[in-house]
Amino acid sequence: MKRSPLQKLLLGLAIAVAVSPAILFFLWTISLSLKFEIENAASPPVFIPTQWAWSNYHEAIGSKNFIIYLRNSLIVTGAATLVALVVGVPAAYGITRMRATKAAVIVLIARMTPGLSFLIPLFLLFQWLGLLGTLWPQIIIHLVLTVPIVIWIMIGYFETTPLELEDAALIDGASRWQVFYYVALPIARPGITVAFILSVIFSWNNFVFGVVLAGRETRTLPVAVYNLLSFDQIAWGPLAAAALMVTLPPLLLTVFAQRQIIAGLTAGAVKGG
Amino acid sequence: MADVTLETGLGAKTAGEGAEPLPVQPALRPHYWLFVIPGMIVVVAVILVPWVFTLWMSLHEWKLGGSYSFVGLENYLRLPGDPRFTEAFVRTLVYSALAVVLPIILGTLAALVFHQEFPLRGFLRGVFVAPMMATPVAIAVVWTMMFNPQLGVLNYLLQLIGIKPQLWIFEASTVIPSLVVVETWQWTPLVMLIVLGGLAAIPSEPYESADIDGASAFQKFRYITLPMIAPFLMIAVIIRLIDALKSFDIIFAMTQGGPGTASETINLYLYQTAFAYFDIGYGSAITVVFFVLIILLSLATLYLRARTQWAEGGVAER
Repeated sequence: MKRSPLQKLLLGLAIAVAVSPAILFFLWTISLSLKFEIENAASPPVFIPTQWAWSNYHEAIGSKNFIIYLRNSLIVTGAATLVALVVGVPAAYGITRMRATKAAVIVLIARMTPGLSFLIPLFLLFQWLGLLGTLWPQIIIHLVLTVPIVIWIMIGYFETTPLELEDAALIDGASRWQVFYYVALPIARPGITVAFILSVIFSWNNFVFGVVLAGRETRTLPVAVYNLLSFDQIAWGPLAAAALMVTLPPLLLTVFAQRQIIAGLTAGAVKGG
Repeated sequence: MADVTLETGLGAKTAGEGAEPLPVQPALRPHYWLFVIPGMIVVVAVILVPWVFTLWMSLHEWKLGGSYSFVGLENYLRLPGDPRFTEAFVRTLVYSALAVVLPIILGTLAALVFHQEFPLRGFLRGVFVAPMMATPVAIAVVWTMMFNPQLGVLNYLLQLIGIKPQLWIFEASTVIPSLVVVETWQWTPLVMLIVLGGLAAIPSEPYESADIDGASAFQKFRYITLPMIAPFLMIAVIIRLIDALKSFDIIFAMTQGGPGTASETINLYLYQTAFAYFDIGYGSAITVVFFVLIILLSLATLYLRARTQWAEGGVAER
């Protein structure tokens, strides 16, 4: 469709208005993270730092056990996503091929219920098992997020994979496991990528589980950032630097894998937690 | 009764409308059990058992670390007479209403923009979606600094256009609207994505005949676009409503329900009851009430999914 110059201008303006809240917010976050306190407290506000305060990042990483919390986040998100893929992808395949609609409904409802509603019973369970103080409670409770999202997204993909190939393989004498592994799984690979990315992001971003279950040594990054905000008289620069570093992995994934993420979000269409 | 609705709801989705039905031979079903069992064990252990356990706990007087005794429905009967709960309930509804309406309007407008073709559209769509994928606590930290009455950038911007500085999240009368601003900023992208799927599904013929009849752009929007995306808007409303009702991270990190209890929603009161006052039984009862509310809304979503030609519609499709 050909546009007149006026239409082009209006469209450009509309696009700018649409994306500016996101862009300005993250630019301001970067600005906060790179200014010394004097400039962060200046009025009128300073947008581009006159002196680059890279030390904010050193301070955020160095002083607050950042490396331990990063390791905790990586372990919890990695383990919860791995388990979810290993059990969730075959389960979604079985549910789809059996047309087990009731199982699918349970998964959907689990996606929609608040994460907090799992916390009381599981907290008591972890206490009873003596697991508090380790990373196990967080890994296990993150399965509440990751397993339903993997199953839900993969159901969507297995529904659309052609059955003719699978039938042909069965007739040729392949076992159902072989059909799944050599026929269905390769076709559904884009779906697995989507499920992986969203599972990682939702688990990484989760806060409510950690705030209850994490002790001083087992905090994940979001909980650590929250503690910086609430308990320490910390300067704005390092705080913004810490916030930016925590949210960088999901942001990079979103901008560079936006096609996959959007496909998965509209299929699942509900946020995590 | 609910079962029937569910069955038709998901049956339609599973079979994929328009696709030819592929009946499963009952004899083949057992072969797939092995695929499902590991996942089922996990789902039962971390999802179903906690649900049942919560229901059981809600029937008991139970302080964390103490003993428990069966009290029947007493915890539920306490709810209507607990002003903190009823206030939180009303507050949650007000917050959710605002946090649904604003993203729906803005998200629909944004979808109309992103439905156009322009350079870098994919990248800019990724940027637009970034707020909903960013770590909520990180967002909360930065918004808290921006809301700061003395040093925050928002009061400076207000002054530029001649509005007097606000206390934002630090005053009871402005805390809910301020949090709604953050929630809207964060979740407008989800509405945009759902509506964008609806727009993509509209065929071009109605517009062509409207052009021949000389319809204005507004008329085309009002009489073609809006009716065609209405089912998608309904789904967006319900999903947004569920998300707004269970909103926790942003509120907890920014205000912890304060000042006082001015921003304490059901979810935050639930947290306080269970993990600050250690009243496990009562907290479980709140959980169950909250849970039922969300299940009802989920069922409504399923019902709508079955009624909106979902598979042809495009949102759920890759």
